[in-house]
Amino acid sequence: MITALRAEWTKTRTTPGTAGLLIGAVVVTIAVSAGIAAATHVSAHGGPEDPTRLALTGVYLGQAVIAVLAVLTISEEYGTGMIRTSLAAVPRRLTLLTAKTLTTTALTLAAGVLAVAGCLLVGRLMLPAAGLDPAHGYPLISPGHGPTLRAAAGSVGYLVLIALLALGIATAIRDTAPSIAVVLGLLYLPPLLAQACTGALRRHIEQIAPMTAGLAVQATTHLRAQPIAPGPGLAVLAAWAAASLLLAALVLRRRDA
Amino acid sequence: MTATRVPPVPAPARARFTAVLRAEWAKFRTVRGWVVAPVIAAGLCVVFTFLVANGIHTDICTGAGVCTPGHAAVPTGPDGQAVADSYYTVGTRLTGDGTITTRVTALTGVTSTAPGNAAPSQSRRTRPGLPAWAKAGILVRPSTRPGSAYAAVMATGGHGDRVQYDYRHDAPGRPGPVSTGVPHWLRLTRASDTVTAYDSADGRTWTRIGAARLTGLPATVYAGVFVTSPVSFTASADGSRTRATAAFDHTTIDGHATPATWRGHGIGSGPQDFYPTLGAGGFHRTGESLVVSGSGDIAPAVVQGLLGANTVSSSLPFGLTVALIVVIVVATMFITAEYRRGLIRVTFAAVPRRGHVLVAKAVVIGAVAFVTAAVAAAAAVPLGAHILRANGAYVFPAGVPTVLRVIAGTALLAAVTAVAVLAVGAITRRSAAAVAGGIVVFVLPAIIGSIGTGGAVPWLYRLTPAAGLSVLDALPRSAQVGYPYTFANGYYPLAPWAGLGVLAGWAALALGVAAVVLHRRDA
Repeated sequence: MITALRAEWTKTRTTPGTAGLLIGAVVVTIAVSAGIAAATHVSAHGGPEDPTRLALTGVYLGQAVIAVLAVLTISEEYGTGMIRTSLAAVPRRLTLLTAKTLTTTALTLAAGVLAVAGCLLVGRLMLPAAGLDPAHGYPLISPGHGPTLRAAAGSVGYLVLIALLALGIATAIRDTAPSIAVVLGLLYLPPLLAQACTGALRRHIEQIAPMTAGLAVQATTHLRAQPIAPGPGLAVLAAWAAASLLLAALVLRRRDA
Repeated sequence: MTATRVPPVPAPARARFTAVLRAEWAKFRTVRGWVVAPVIAAGLCVVFTFLVANGIHTDICTGAGVCTPGHAAVPTGPDGQAVADSYYTVGTRLTGDGTITTRVTALTGVTSTAPGNAAPSQSRRTRPGLPAWAKAGILVRPSTRPGSAYAAVMATGGHGDRVQYDYRHDAPGRPGPVSTGVPHWLRLTRASDTVTAYDSADGRTWTRIGAARLTGLPATVYAGVFVTSPVSFTASADGSRTRATAAFDHTTIDGHATPATWRGHGIGSGPQDFYPTLGAGGFHRTGESLVVSGSGDIAPAVVQGLLGANTVSSSLPFGLTVALIVVIVVATMFITAEYRRGLIRVTFAAVPRRGHVLVAKAVVIGAVAFVTAAVAAAAAVPLGAHILRANGAYVFPAGVPTVLRVIAGTALLAAVTAVAVLAVGAITRRSAAAVAGGIVVFVLPAIIGSIGTGGAVPWLYRLTPAAGLSVLDALPRSAQVGYPYTFANGYYPLAPWAGLGVLAGWAALALGVAAVVLHRRDA
């Protein structure tokens, strides 16, 4: 197992795209958050805002980069034929999948911590200029605040789970382009479907879709207005990721490389 | 002397391009996945349109909270379009040819201080205010059935005298409002099926301002004075109900009129009618004057009064987005697979003019996307509209040209997106970057636009590739209705083909960069 893990780490480390994608994920996440913070102007008659959630908006786009990274971890092996070498070296396929899962988790965890910390810093520095300051009843964003800490840690966990969901799907599909399309479709399309529906159906879609359920963890105020509570929301996403990895394990064991 | 050897004459460039095109088509159709994917895309588009249409319900609720599927009554005009036809009229029946003349001596109005979507019972408190399109004048129509043909000449609150007929047609007469000492004389003359409108400042010198041919006008028609006043948006974005009151005198009818006593009718202002009115209106006589008050509009219907208005394309965007993602995957792989397998070196060895390869690929993938989306939309648009109607939702009637425009626009939208993503694939050479980039650039703005709120959202539909969705616009607009045609009310900020042009601009940019990069770079 240790050898397999070390082999995966070497592969990931030496693939030219990895570092770029990790840096890209951090930069994209923070840049979108900064852009949203700069564009926000809270008006007196607007609804109450959630500064922490606003500061973490970048995760909406950053997750796409993380998903691409996770998909490439396995699909590029199929694309280049490397997978046959990998499986020859590590014949126990579940060991290979576990090693990939662990390296992906470690990389996304690192990128996620950096990205989320950057978002919170950007929010703390920029949001007071948008009218979200203590004078208007919005305390500065601080990790000492319980719900904020939950939102931040939850966002990092969200990114990791998205990566695992993408890894599982890519293992099952094997081809880069369709895998990325399926993952991004799974993330971004359900909210659009929910928007087109009315009433209880909309709420149910938001409760079971990976993105809307998972990102409920970012809410720090008005929890009742969310489609699902933070903890159960992240659990829904974890179930998606687990199901996807389970599917990956099944097909990887059964299928010829 | 020996003859110099003539170098071989190159085949015309056009013929060679055809060969490139055929080669690219052969590459496309021999990959089973790429042929199956567009079929799946079209199927998904239709299935999701069906599901979304089934998820939309409209109910009419009574005060007691009992709701049943259905929608308010929207009249259909002579051309099949949705119209507003709510007003108060005092008149009689005219048989054969004849002339009606009147003088409008006053036109004033009140505006409700409650929002337009409030219940009529809450709209009683008013302040003075006359909308620009408040109308007082005379009309001739086969019957007072809402939506029937008509011809009218009128004084308005802010657009001077107008002659209007059959809801869509409008022409100006003498400018200026009605005020004390400045009366407006109006006259309609019916001769066979032609109704001619005149106006005058003094009742002696008449100016012909327009004529309407109402084909099939019966011998006996309804003729009378009318007053109406539309919802005003000057004070609040939600609109306020209004009511206008006009005083008529010197009203004469020259012809065979029965009965001789004119009667009042409130038209289209019942609880089941869609147009928000401020009371049903009424009339009384003061000396020589006939004072009539009315509320509503005689004009094309727009979204006003039709909450959550649906069009033939309402249920299409989600299915279209799903299909677009499939098309994006195929368009990407059509070029990145060549780089992945090294086939691109063979391709460029066979066709050294790389621009030709790019154009041939664009033509093939564009045509595939066009046909896919055209088939999908041709099935999904009528299906979605049918399901919506079956669920009791109101769907704006759309003529054949509008439906064809939506279908052709959808097909072009898919084709242009496919070409743009192909160009991105040629630039990046990698599936991952091209698919992710294609989805983020060409699909995500539309998703953010449909979910997001705020002032920045309309700009997404002006500047980003999401502008292409403007081709789905099927909501009616009219210059004769002072309605804010804004994004918040369901109107795309750009006209359909202008929006597609923005998307095409993005595609052209991507193609240009791809051509330069292909030319400069080693394969």
